[in-house]
Amino acid sequence: MYERKIYRLAKHITNSDEDAEDVLQETFLKAYEHLDSFLGHSRFYTWLVRIAVNEGLMKLRKRKTDRTVSLDETPEGLEEPVIREIAVWDGSPEKKYSQQELRALLNQAIQNLKPSFRTVFVLRDVEELSTEETAEVLNLSVPAVKSRLLRARLELRERLTAMFKKKGDDVFAYL
Amino acid sequence: MLTCKEFLKELNDYLDDTLDPELRRELEGHAAECPNCWVIFDTSKKTIQIFKGLEPQPLPARVRDRLMAALERKMASKTSAKTRPPGPLTSPQA
Ligand SMILES: [Zn+2]
Repeated sequence: MYERKIYRLAKHITNSDEDAEDVLQETFLKAYEHLDSFLGHSRFYTWLVRIAVNEGLMKLRKRKTDRTVSLDETPEGLEEPVIREIAVWDGSPEKKYSQQELRALLNQAIQNLKPSFRTVFVLRDVEELSTEETAEVLNLSVPAVKSRLLRARLELRERLTAMFKKKGDDVFAYL
Repeated sequence: MLTCKEFLKELNDYLDDTLDPELRRELEGHAAECPNCWVIFDTSKKTIQIFKGLEPQPLPARVRDRLMAALERKMASKTSAKTRPPGPLTSPQA
């Protein structure tokens, strides 16, 4: 099962099927190669994720056209997350859409996030690593992980709410 | 009473249920009285749940075959090199 999750993670990071395929392969080859160095300090899966994230970010950096890659940058505007969509959702999207349709919608939403937010969100809320594990994998501080995660969650909430809200009655939706 | 801004600042830990009980009660109190913050909390929670609920897709057969072939090559080369002492971590592959 790990290979499915690593492939999904690689796709989320690189936004590319082709790069994700390379990342998947490199990750398992490196893991196999360096199995001796896995000393059980972290979960095996976290160790795999770390390799995959590094490979994925390398791919991103190699793409010269993508200038928004650095994870170390201080994301601007972090203080004031934007909140425009305040509306309840129209029932449960899980029941309205097939898994395939949902996956496409969610992937599109994730792909529009900046890499520095996207990566944190994917590790925390898709791969379900802890805040500390995410910080360790990305070489970020715990507060940096938390502030990026909040920003990513709120941005995705905006996009998903725009898609899933009750149409036509935003203002009265919660009265 | 918390302001909406303070509510938003604590939203992450509220969503992750890692707040201390007293602050948690304050946020619950705010959400009960502020429809906007309640909706933001509710839709954020649903946003996270929907991502967590998605199963990873099976690998496309071609991707899977390529991965397996590469791993088999790697295993074959490692087995044949087994008698050598292990090198440093960064050594190039045999
Ligand atoms: Zn409020």
